[in-house]
Amino acid sequence: MAELMSGFGCFTHAMVRAVPQSLARDALRSGGLEVDLLKVQEEYEEYVSVLKHRLGLEVLELPADEALPDCVFVEDAAVVCGDTALVCRPGAQSRRRETEAVKAALTELGLNIVEMTDESATLEGGDVLFTGREFFVGLSKRTNQRGAEILADTFKDYAVSTVPVQDALHLKSFCSMAGPGLIAIGSSEAAQKALKIMQQMSDHRYDKLTLPDDSAANCIYMNLPSKGDVLLHCTPEEFPESAKVFEKLKDHMLIPVTNQEKAKVDGGLTCCSVLINMKKNI
Amino acid sequence: MTTEVGSDTDVKKEPEKVPEVQQQTDQPDEPADSAASASADQPQEESQSAEAKSDQEASPSPEPSSPPAAGGQKKEKGISRFLPPWLKRQKSQSQDKPDESSAPPKQESVEVVKEEQEETNQPKEEVDGGGAVTTSTEQTEEVKEVREESRAEELQPEEKEREEEKSIGSADTQPVREEKEDESEMEEKEEEKKEEEKKEEGKKEEEKKEEGKKEEEKKEEGKKEEEKKEGKKEEEQVIQQEASVLSTLKVNKKMKMVVCHVTLLDGSQFSCEVEKRAKGQYLFFQVCDHLNLLEKDYFGLSFKDNAEQRCWLDVTKEIKRQIRNSQWQFVFSVKFYPPDPSQLTEDITRYLLCLQLRQDIASGRLPCSFVTHALLGSYTLQGELGDHDPEEHRLDYISDFQFAPNQTKELEEKVVELHKSHRGMTPAQADAQFLENAKKLSMYGVDLHHAKDSEGVDIMLGVCSNGLLIYKDRLRINRFAWPKILKISYKRSNFYIKIRPGEAEQFESTVGFKLPNHRAAKRVWKVCVEHHTFFRLVSPEQPTKTKFLTLGSKFRYSGRTQAQTRQASSLIDRPAPAFQRTSSKRISRSLDGAPVVNVSDYSQADGAGENSPALELNSDSKSQQVEVMERPNADAATSITSETAFETDGAGAPQRKSKLRVQGENIYVRHSNLMLEDLDKTQEDVLKHQASISELKRSFMEATPEPRPSQWDKHLTGSPATTLRLQTHGVPQNTPPRPGTDSRDASKSAEVKPEGNEVIEVVEETVVIEEVVKAKPKSSTPEASVPVETEVKEERSLSSDSESEDEAEYHAQPPSTSISTQQIKEEPEEEQEAELSQQAPPSAIESQPSAEAADPGPAAEEEKAAQPHEEERTDKPLLTPDEAPNGHAPQGEAPPSPQTAAADEEEPHIVNGSASRVETEHLPQVICCSEPPVVKTEMVTISDTFAAQKTEISTKEVPIVHTETKTITYEAAQLDGNGDGEPGVLMTAQTITSESLCTTTTTHITKTLKGGQSETRIEKRIVITGDSDIDHDQALAQAIKEAKEQHPDMSVTRVVVHKETELAEDED
Repeated sequence: MAELMSGFGCFTHAMVRAVPQSLARDALRSGGLEVDLLKVQEEYEEYVSVLKHRLGLEVLELPADEALPDCVFVEDAAVVCGDTALVCRPGAQSRRRETEAVKAALTELGLNIVEMTDESATLEGGDVLFTGREFFVGLSKRTNQRGAEILADTFKDYAVSTVPVQDALHLKSFCSMAGPGLIAIGSSEAAQKALKIMQQMSDHRYDKLTLPDDSAANCIYMNLPSKGDVLLHCTPEEFPESAKVFEKLKDHMLIPVTNQEKAKVDGGLTCCSVLINMKKNI
Repeated sequence: MTTEVGSDTDVKKEPEKVPEVQQQTDQPDEPADSAASASADQPQEESQSAEAKSDQEASPSPEPSSPPAAGGQKKEKGISRFLPPWLKRQKSQSQDKPDESSAPPKQESVEVVKEEQEETNQPKEEVDGGGAVTTSTEQTEEVKEVREESRAEELQPEEKEREEEKSIGSADTQPVREEKEDESEMEEKEEEKKEEEKKEEGKKEEEKKEEGKKEEEKKEEGKKEEEKKEGKKEEEQVIQQEASVLSTLKVNKKMKMVVCHVTLLDGSQFSCEVEKRAKGQYLFFQVCDHLNLLEKDYFGLSFKDNAEQRCWLDVTKEIKRQIRNSQWQFVFSVKFYPPDPSQLTEDITRYLLCLQLRQDIASGRLPCSFVTHALLGSYTLQGELGDHDPEEHRLDYISDFQFAPNQTKELEEKVVELHKSHRGMTPAQADAQFLENAKKLSMYGVDLHHAKDSEGVDIMLGVCSNGLLIYKDRLRINRFAWPKILKISYKRSNFYIKIRPGEAEQFESTVGFKLPNHRAAKRVWKVCVEHHTFFRLVSPEQPTKTKFLTLGSKFRYSGRTQAQTRQASSLIDRPAPAFQRTSSKRISRSLDGAPVVNVSDYSQADGAGENSPALELNSDSKSQQVEVMERPNADAATSITSETAFETDGAGAPQRKSKLRVQGENIYVRHSNLMLEDLDKTQEDVLKHQASISELKRSFMEATPEPRPSQWDKHLTGSPATTLRLQTHGVPQNTPPRPGTDSRDASKSAEVKPEGNEVIEVVEETVVIEEVVKAKPKSSTPEASVPVETEVKEERSLSSDSESEDEAEYHAQPPSTSISTQQIKEEPEEEQEAELSQQAPPSAIESQPSAEAADPGPAAEEEKAAQPHEEERTDKPLLTPDEAPNGHAPQGEAPPSPQTAAADEEEPHIVNGSASRVETEHLPQVICCSEPPVVKTEMVTISDTFAAQKTEISTKEVPIVHTETKTITYEAAQLDGNGDGEPGVLMTAQTITSESLCTTTTTHITKTLKGGQSETRIEKRIVITGDSDIDHDQALAQAIKEAKEQHPDMSVTRVVVHKETELAEDED
């Protein structure tokens, strides 16, 4: 029976984008750290491999664009929910053009494309948390109210609540969905505050999975036909304490994925892909 | 309009007759001082006339003339009347109390009048025009009621009524009647309810007959006037004639029938003849019968008021009164959207819900994505047409259906495609599927109202089953679940919710929103009350049965709650009724009709915003009119300043009944125990209440043992009025765990009013009341142990509008510091906590500063004693005020001596008294000088729209006007143990400015930490703006009284009266 808002975490496709050489030097970062390009590429390949081979997703890989050092973080370029894709307007000027290739690819997939034409609006996918029942949009340096409004107009079925984001690049820098109704959240004050706001704003109840490290709270949940609950999360090498927390999720198929190098340019696990469900639900 | 003219003339006439009537009516009810009443009579008249004018929005011209004349008198009386009313209270009152308790708390005749007017205003504003005009009978009714109690026979009252009518001259007394109308209305309604219910059970016809002559007479009169408004000339003539003959002819006019047209959910019309006096219930049941609907509690009837706003028909009230002059045209629609439609018992109910949702979707009120439109549309097709039939169903077969606001070919194709996939699904299944999907939509069942936040930004308030949602554009920016909301209230065009402190927060906060107008605010409030009751409570709260109740809006949802209706529907035992689906009736029509309906329905949700302008005119017009009228009077330049310093005990304050009414208005307290309704309660009830209150306290106070119950008990057990008071007060006081810190944001956004009152306002009176709060035993809250100083500054401009008084409530809670800014509060809170832990002995009455440790028992006694004392006090203050006015005391500070002495004497009795002493001295200077004449204050609404963000803005504009200003300050002579001089550590400081049409209230709440003790000082500045039309003295007295009542824990340490009069130059 066709039903709205069902099948959270069901994905058939993943869109990724290759790592440009320019990332090491030009990618935006808050930490000012040196980035080992090779390691980034290794991580990327591992990431893609997991999606493609372990999980069996259809991986759509876009070529890197040297003019867009951050283009690997494709998540920020589009928000896909159901059969509708909202092409974002990144708050970072240097990233605006990332959306072009992404839009083309999404169009190719046959999704309904919605573009943000409002020049005053900014929105990056990293600020958009979709819980399955509603959206939370972080109001950050990269995303503004107008951007959130457009997202709300695009996905009319869902409540769209805004959450101020402080001390972090994106909303999903410290949180993500770790399962249906389960929010993975960092321990920092900013993260906890954001969680409180989200809880207050929501008509739905969420469980929370609190992780010692904010960055570790960025994980990828999927519900795949043959695999059940799948969770891509940080490695013990990176965040030993947080990894232990993930390991308590007995029902999940846990897949640690290295993200150490990309984290230096503020990249999380979710940042590197746009997950799409092309299976006709309705 | 013709009618209104008539009323105007009536108004003029009234002054003469009114006093008599009032006295008659008042005597039973109001034991208040003779002096006050005497002085009050004129004010009453004036206020009445003013009110009447304001009420009768349409008829401004004639009225103006009357007020000025009265105004002149006022001024003379002016200051003399100042504090008198409440100060004057004499022991005789205490004796009278029993009466008071039974009757609405009326301390001052003037107050009573105002409040009554307020009430009347509300109903009128809300619903109907009829109320204002209707009256001659009603007035008498009130009297009747009083007498009825004693005699319990209706006949006698009737006779009396008639007698009175005759004596009074029926038609002329209208204004008076208006005032009483509220009460009488309420009473009437209740009576009628009972009767009608009985009748309804029986036969309708009988009903009418049974009503009895008296009711009929009353009704008849009401009808007559109403009819006049309706402009039915035929009836008018008859009525007028009757009116002249009144009592004799009334009987003949029973049972006028009116045809109601109801638009049903399928777009069809249902017509039904009802008696003109019929209550909404009758019509509603007729419709439900017609629909064969049993689970009717989710539905309601709505109508468009004069301003084209959608209003829900209150089934417990007369239709006529609600629709006023509007057409007898109604729309049947879903009022409460069941969160889980699958729990509905009958398919027919689900079907009706589907019809409603189709409308909602087609009209755009329920936004959907393309896919959702398609899916829901496909279920609609399946439900209406059955399986897709390729032969019969070409593409155009769906052209009659509207699936979306903007239906595209693409959408239709998608709908058809999906329709095909539903093969085999029964209509009931299709409906169920439709609902299962529709219910997930974020805007499902959300009743939207336009509003503005603190910065004047347009937002939407969404009332739904879970609570209140705040939207900006399509974004949800905040949400207040019912469990988080402690109190809902509205004042003027502002709507407030009081928020339960979160885990991390220790203080309540109040969030205010600016609605386009008063009606809109009330509408939101009502919808909230209804939704909360329906979805959150197991059973509705008991409606007030007090006959004499004068509390503002007693509105409560009286229907069944969802829980009850579910239970009831579980008992439904009938074969599933066969019902026609729209398709079978008329396929195309069903959806076509919808849009039409939508308009009306939509207006409900959106009405506040869109139509608001029109509404504004209505509500605002009142104020405007009043102001205009006032101007001429303003010319007389009289500057009088009188300052009065007096102490007030918290204990004493609570007992004042007048205050209760004020608070009662518009305030909906979440906990049924605390509801205002229970004036009539018996002792047992009271005890129950007490118990519940104590529970509340416990819950609020986290482990803090119950504070001395004795006081509460006493209050509760006291007169019914007292009970009310407690209930209202109780919430605020008890709720805030650490009262000291709580500050509320009653912020208001700039008012939209076109009037530009600022310039117009001629005479201003500023009353600054400083109250020192001592740890009150009453306040069970831990803070009680901590001495708290509170200065309350209220700026209030008294307008004819009674509702302005509501504000008091918010301010009233000294402990509550609005913490829209969580950050600010956090620090203070922590400190307080520490103190609390130490000092919060459960039973102990803590007034540390005072060093008076009163045991619970004694405290109670003290309270009793306190009343008399208060009365004494009041008298004393009177003296001072009198002096001041007479002398028109120049700015010099009037020697507080008399008062002080009184205060001292009283203090021993008063529990809190000691505390009051402390602050008194300091305050005066600060307050007096600080406030320039405030002509108008921009309203700023502080709302927590962003959890993380808070903004307070207050702007004062001082218009350039030639004025005379005099200021007199009275200080309580008592010395402070703590000495205000001590700088202390500033913990928090807040300034709250709220404004309504005619009222500007500025509250400064300052919290300081002195020597380990936290003090809360509340300065309230009340600006009373208006001409001589307004009885400033009375207003002042009222304001002071309210301030005292609001902050029972605090004492008033200083009163600065600043009177500014516009000079003759301005006369134009």
